[in-house]
This record gives sequence, structure tokens and C-alpha cells, in this order.
Amino acid sequence: MNLYVRKALKSPGFMVWLVLAVLLILVPVFAPYLAPHDPLTTDYVNSLNAGSGEYLLGTDQIGRCILSRLIYGGRTSLLIVFWVIAIVAVLGIFLGVLSGFLGGWVDMVITRITDIIMAIPSTVFVIALVSVLGPGLHHTILAMSLVGWTEYCRVARALVLSVKENQFVQEARMGGLKEHQVIFRTILPNIVPYLLVNITQDIGAQLLTLSGLSLLGLSSQPPTPEWGFMLSEGRKFIQSAPWLIIYPGLTIVLHVVVFNLLGDSLRDILDPRYVRKRNKRKELLKWRKEKVSNS
Amino acid sequence: MEPALLELRQVSKTFQTGNTKPVKAVQSVSFEVPSGINTGIVGESGCGKSTLARMITGLTGVTSGEILLNGTRISGLRRSAQRDVYRQVQMVFQDPYSAISPRMPVGTFLTEGLVHFGLISKGDRKEQARKLLELVDLDPQLALRLPHQLSGGQLQRVVIARAISIHPRLVILDEATSALDVSVQKQILSLLVRLQEEFSLTYLFIGHDLAVVRSITEQIFVMKEGSIVERLPSETLQEDARHPYTLQLLSSVFSVKDLS
Repeated sequence: MNLYVRKALKSPGFMVWLVLAVLLILVPVFAPYLAPHDPLTTDYVNSLNAGSGEYLLGTDQIGRCILSRLIYGGRTSLLIVFWVIAIVAVLGIFLGVLSGFLGGWVDMVITRITDIIMAIPSTVFVIALVSVLGPGLHHTILAMSLVGWTEYCRVARALVLSVKENQFVQEARMGGLKEHQVIFRTILPNIVPYLLVNITQDIGAQLLTLSGLSLLGLSSQPPTPEWGFMLSEGRKFIQSAPWLIIYPGLTIVLHVVVFNLLGDSLRDILDPRYVRKRNKRKELLKWRKEKVSNS
Repeated sequence: MEPALLELRQVSKTFQTGNTKPVKAVQSVSFEVPSGINTGIVGESGCGKSTLARMITGLTGVTSGEILLNGTRISGLRRSAQRDVYRQVQMVFQDPYSAISPRMPVGTFLTEGLVHFGLISKGDRKEQARKLLELVDLDPQLALRLPHQLSGGQLQRVVIARAISIHPRLVILDEATSALDVSVQKQILSLLVRLQEEFSLTYLFIGHDLAVVRSITEQIFVMKEGSIVERLPSETLQEDARHPYTLQLLSSVFSVKDLS
């Protein structure tokens, strides 16, 4: 792992996105210190304020500070997303590895289940599940997890299948490793980097799904601040007070972009072959340039 | 009488894929490898020699027949029993780069067998990796490198060092030198000879190059289309060869020499 840490420190792109991502996560954590107002306090005198010295990003229809609501909203949104990702990744990867490594009827059962779930459009499925379970944080997490794990399962299974036929897996068995050791020593180290990239990029996707749910009023309930729900509330004032949806929208876009780019730069670091190829190309170009300038 | 180190009895392998005609990769092959007698298997690509090697190491099941090690059956074993076989039988593949997990440092790979068969404790890993690298004439500093940072010849030495680290009885070398260039090939062969003297191993050397196989073995089996067509002592190979296919192989070796 040391090697990757060293590589990560040397890669400016990755460090920039990492710092930004950490900052984005820290904002809701330190919300009480950062938010200028209480996110729930109403100020009817200043309702639908477009932005002033006191309310930097304006206020909503009942005079709540939008900036504060955005800062506190991250608590709900990011918390849900991280819970979903944690559940989905652990469950999906576990079942995927099992399915790919064991094969046979285990593989068939797991693959059929993922096929069934993936046959239904995911957003529609989540909406249907939440509608049946009833709105609320726990139900949102449950519904998104039930649908989301299939993606990881499929990816993990495919990665295991591509890795397990390698000679080094057989070589490991010859080295006296037992089956579970084979999984942990030779299979997982070769698939985790790819999965890690998947996980990072999935943060953005899950955030979008969640925002969609909130927009339909299916996740958090008022007055809890939440980005998607703020969009939903602001929709009615889209003509007269567009800032009600512009700022929450920008916040969601910012998070999605940062986490996606973090995933991208992470892939550059974790895939040794990919980086090597790029470096070789660079060297080749440099060598050619020197050759041309010398002649 | 003491049983031979390795014995194959009427071993066959048929591959059945989809609706195509079944492929008979190996057809009732029988031979013995006595302890200490290096044995070669020679044949062209696709003659079933690699399938044979994979069956002996349990990577592929046999369709019929049985394989015996010291008189005990080792074909058709469960995974847990197969592990005990690996204590005595090790295999070196053709491509060293695919034999090591690309993310595993060379030193860890080298000592894996020793640690997992309980021959050394984890604390001795570094020391043993250093010793093994020195044994195969490599710089002990290489232990921390990743596989892609080594050359093919260096890496093949690493793979060989690992195979013999647990002192097996039989080492199967499946085209172990074929991916290397000629000068490196020679070094590896002399390394193999030296290691055999040191550790009383027996090699089962599989290859397509008659000259190379001959240089390290005492007896050679010539394989063609899944069957063994001739058994020859390596020393008097040229004089004793009778089968037209063997003669053809021989002439192809020497015609190259005539050119130079």
C-alpha cells in the first residue's frame, strides 16, 4: 500500500480533488460553526430575499437562510449516500466475489437475482420501494441499497472471473495457500483498486438518485434541510426567486463533479499498467522532440 | 520394489466444449519417472504436453486413468488433499510475468510456499527471501520490487527459486525457458543443474526444443497428437530414434546448425 500512498502524494491532480472532497465532507460535519444562521429559524420579514449582507445566498419563501440550509443539508444528503455506499459495496462485493470464485449453483443463484433486480429501471424501482415502505431516512437507505448492490456484484464477479484464471492464482495454490487465503492474497489485491474507483464514482451517482427521490418528496421530511428537497420546494418560485433552486442545484453539481473527478484521478494512481503506458508515451515524445531539436 | 516417483497409467483427457466435436488432448499416456532421473517430454505445439503437466499438478482433472506419486494416487483429489501434493510437486510455467500477482512484491512471492506450508515463521520472511535470491544469483535487494520491474530472466529465476524453496521431490518445468532468449536460456539451464545437485530434485522438463530438453534430461518421451510415440535415452537420442516424427524433429534441429 505504501507504494500507492507515495504515488498519490506525487500526483497533483489527485491531491487537489482529494482535498476538495475532504473539504466538502467537513462542511456538514462542522455545520454549527460554519452556518451563519439556524437552518430552521424563519424570518418572515426577509422572506424570498435575493441575497444580502446578512443572508449571503438569500432566503426561501418562509425566510430561512439558504446558505445555512445548504450547509446543514449536507448532513442528511451525504450521510444517506455514505450509508448506502457502505452497505451496497460490502454486500455487492462479497456476493460478487463469492459468485465469481465459487461458480456453479452459487453463481447461478446470485446472478439470477442481480438479473431480476437490474431488469427493472433502478430509479423507478427505488421510487416504488420507498412508496411501499413509506418515506423516511431509513427507508430511503434501505431502498437504495436493495437496488444498488447489484452493480457492485456484477463488477466484482466479472473482475474475479478475469483474475481467477491467471496463473498466479494457481501458483498461489501451489504455494500452499488455502482457498480463503487465495481470495484474500491474490484475488482481492488485484480487484480492490478497480472497485475503489467504482465506489468513489458511485458517490456522485447515488447523490443524484437521492436528489431525485427528495425532489419527489420521498426521502427526508420537512423541515429537515436536504438539497433535493430544497429543489422541490423552490420549484414553485422558479420564476420569481430562481436562487431557491440555483444554489441547491449548484451544490449537488459541485459534489457530483468533485467525487467523479476524484474517482478518475484515483484510477490513474491505482492502475499501474495504465500509468506506465502514459509515462512511456511521454518519454517517447520527449525523446523524439530532443532528436528533432538536435538534428 | 520401490514405486517410481511419478507414474502415469493410461491417462487420457478429452475436452468437450459446446457442440463441437470432443478434442482428445491426451490419449492413454503411460510412463514412469524414477526418482532422480530427469525426464523430458517433447512435441510440437498442441500435442497435449501442457495438458499433461496440468493434470499432474491437479490444475486440470483427468478424464480417465490415474496418476501416482510414490505409489499414491494424486489424480482426482479434492482441493485440501491437493495441497499436500504441492508439498512434493511444484511447477514452473512458461511466462514468469503471469505467474506472479502484479501487485505482490517479489520477496513475498518467494517465501509464500515456506510460510504457508509452515516451514518458516513470518518473521523469517525477509531473511529467507534474501537467501533464496542469492541462491539463484540475484541481487537480494530485488525482494522489494514488483514483478514488472524485473526482466523475464530474473523473474523466471525467482519463480524457480520459489518452486524449490520448499524442497519438493518433483519440479515440472512447462516450457520454462521458451520465453527467454538463448543466452538467458543457457544460464537458467545451468542454474537448474546446479540446484538439482544441491537439493536432490527430479525434473519433468516439457518443451518443444529437442536440443534444450536433451541437455538437461536422461530420458525423453516424444509426444504427438496426444500420445507418446517413442521413449528415448537422451544420450543416444540421435542413434536410437526410429519414429518418423522424432526423426523429423531431429532433422529440424540440425538443419539450423548446418546453416551456421
